[in-house]
Amino acid sequence: MFTDDAGKGGIAAGGPGNSAESNRRTGGDLVQLITPGGERVSHPEFDPWVRDVNDEQLGALYEDMVVIRRIDAEATALQRQGELALWPPLLGQEASQIGSARALRDDDFVFPSYRDNGVAYCRGVRPEAIVKAWRGNALAGWDPFTVNVATQQIIIGAQTLHATGYAMGIQNDGADSVAVAYFGDGATSEGDVNEALVFAASFQAPVVFICQNNHWAISEPVRLQSHIQIADRAAGFGIPSMRVDGNDVLAVMAATRIATNRARHGGGPTFIEAVTYRMGPHTTADDPTRYRDANELEDWAAKDPIARLKSLLERKGLLTEALETAVAAKADAVAKALRAGTINMPEPQPLDIFKHVYSTPHAPLERQQDHYSRYLASFGDPAEAASEEGAR
Amino acid sequence: MTQMTFARAINAGLRKSLENDPKVILMGEDIGALGGVFRVTDGLQKDFGKHRVVDTPLAESGIMGTAVGLAYRGYRPVVEIQFDGFIYPAFDQIVSQVAKMHYRTQGAVKMPITIRVPFGGGIGSPEHHSESPEAYFTHTSGLRVVSVSNPQDAHTMIQQAIASDDPVLYFEPKRRYHDKGEVDESLDLGAALSLERARVVTEGKDVTLLAYGPLVKTAKDAALAAADEGISIEVIDLRSLAPLDFATLEASVRKTGRLVITHEASQTGGLGAEVAASITERCFYHLEAAPVRVTGFDVPYPYSKVEMHHLPSLDRILDGVDRALGRPNSLSGLEG
Repeated sequence: MFTDDAGKGGIAAGGPGNSAESNRRTGGDLVQLITPGGERVSHPEFDPWVRDVNDEQLGALYEDMVVIRRIDAEATALQRQGELALWPPLLGQEASQIGSARALRDDDFVFPSYRDNGVAYCRGVRPEAIVKAWRGNALAGWDPFTVNVATQQIIIGAQTLHATGYAMGIQNDGADSVAVAYFGDGATSEGDVNEALVFAASFQAPVVFICQNNHWAISEPVRLQSHIQIADRAAGFGIPSMRVDGNDVLAVMAATRIATNRARHGGGPTFIEAVTYRMGPHTTADDPTRYRDANELEDWAAKDPIARLKSLLERKGLLTEALETAVAAKADAVAKALRAGTINMPEPQPLDIFKHVYSTPHAPLERQQDHYSRYLASFGDPAEAASEEGAR
Repeated sequence: MTQMTFARAINAGLRKSLENDPKVILMGEDIGALGGVFRVTDGLQKDFGKHRVVDTPLAESGIMGTAVGLAYRGYRPVVEIQFDGFIYPAFDQIVSQVAKMHYRTQGAVKMPITIRVPFGGGIGSPEHHSESPEAYFTHTSGLRVVSVSNPQDAHTMIQQAIASDDPVLYFEPKRRYHDKGEVDESLDLGAALSLERARVVTEGKDVTLLAYGPLVKTAKDAALAAADEGISIEVIDLRSLAPLDFATLEASVRKTGRLVITHEASQTGGLGAEVAASITERCFYHLEAAPVRVTGFDVPYPYSKVEMHHLPSLDRILDGVDRALGRPNSLSGLEG
């Protein structure tokens, strides 16, 4: 329901979104449309871009955020129970991911990092497909072209170049879709992100860079990554940027709509810094109590993105029992399906490791496969042989 | 048939690919108005436009990573890495992204990217301009690696590489760019020798000599010189470095019983090591002597006044042939 551009026609501040004023805009102040206390505050430039978000849609955003937090909790539990090898929690980043992903069109193409599982969920990736790679049953759980989402990128920042190249392709095709790159604050230190910004600016590619500044790159704080506000870096590349409260779903949505609208109308790339906080560990393998102050977590807990939207709904009298029940039921159902889908996931077969290395036959590899299948066959039952190998 | 230089033959092949498939797009530093530092893309931007022949910013990882995105979008990017030593900044995008995307997505996303790399020494260049980095890529699953040794192959194999749905590293021997040869531009790609096949350049019966890229010419010259001494050398141009065409290699080694491989790259972990080990496994009972490698040394590529000592020469190759044949050679008297 939010996949269309808001404000097409009749939005005074927006139009094509590439006014001189917008293009000059650099990081600047943190844009907020909902206060931590749940109060709706106005912003002359951003308001028009979410004016169409009605009560029902606000409820849907709330549902999305609750559901992805539940997916996150369920996946964390599955990891603790030994069903997943690892899990990168997004706890705290729900508004950044839902607000931006729900601002996109189906034909836009997303290049996410490993943490952007809420974005994948919004695009229609099934939760068990999201955890498939973390279970070790595949390197990636979905076909990118069925949902227009590239697979989870683990190399930090590499996907920003893919998004930029894809956007150059969109430009060549004369289409009006947009490529979107998601990455974290740590990624901005990588050469690839900087090269992506150079290419995007040089070719004025229709790409939106969404940096979720969650303040921590594993144990390295953002102050070690950037001496200035991250959004301000974009100006050095000639790319307009916005710095928004990443725990404010409406602010993120408005910023993403401004950016995608600009890209669709030939205005080139935009950089969005969504200032948020990763409330959990980097992955289930690390312990944030070793590297960060408990007070910091407490401060950010007070800015929780879900609590904030919930307060807004309450203020508007929209937090009905019916809504709460429906949201809880949806979260329960998704979590249940995720658990069942994970536990009952079919095991990959030994010879699957040889599949899809090349798109056309490769004789030496075929020979290795042949020799290994003979080796497995020498045990009689290949499945038994495989489990024997696994035990060693 | 037309006489043309190596560089011109690649240019003509690129032109054909651009004409035949609107999804082919060339990218690289200085490839447009300048026509590339070796003029391999000369005139292509003028004829096909800035959107088909794209001058990029100076950022190798950027070139490679955006090519990945273009491939996602259905394009067939042909990227030029201006010099061999400049490929390292793009290494991650090549080995972690280009090579693995098809595997990672279980075949859903193809990476039909051709990576053109002018490589090798012998042109008196400064540092980083004469390297032979092919082993890094033959070691990486998901990539195909080829090297061309003559204008006809240069012309057909660039088109085959572009047509391949797999990523192909296409190593161009820069010291041969100005060599001329006959090129049949009308040669049908399907009828031409497959991209992954080796070619027997000169038939012989005493020793099999494997070479690729710039050293094929040196190997041919060595075979001619050896013939004067009554030694019959079978020269094979590997053409494909990954996968290796073991059918052709085995047939030759079974016939001659002796194997010499030569390349400019350093010896340790080089392609010669892989060929020697694999051929020993496959043809052990047909070998009359241990395989011999004549390669660059395990040193950084040296300054140009002494590079001729690093590069395998005709005489060094013949010395290796003597070792394989058990004739007197520079190492005679040494054990092992």
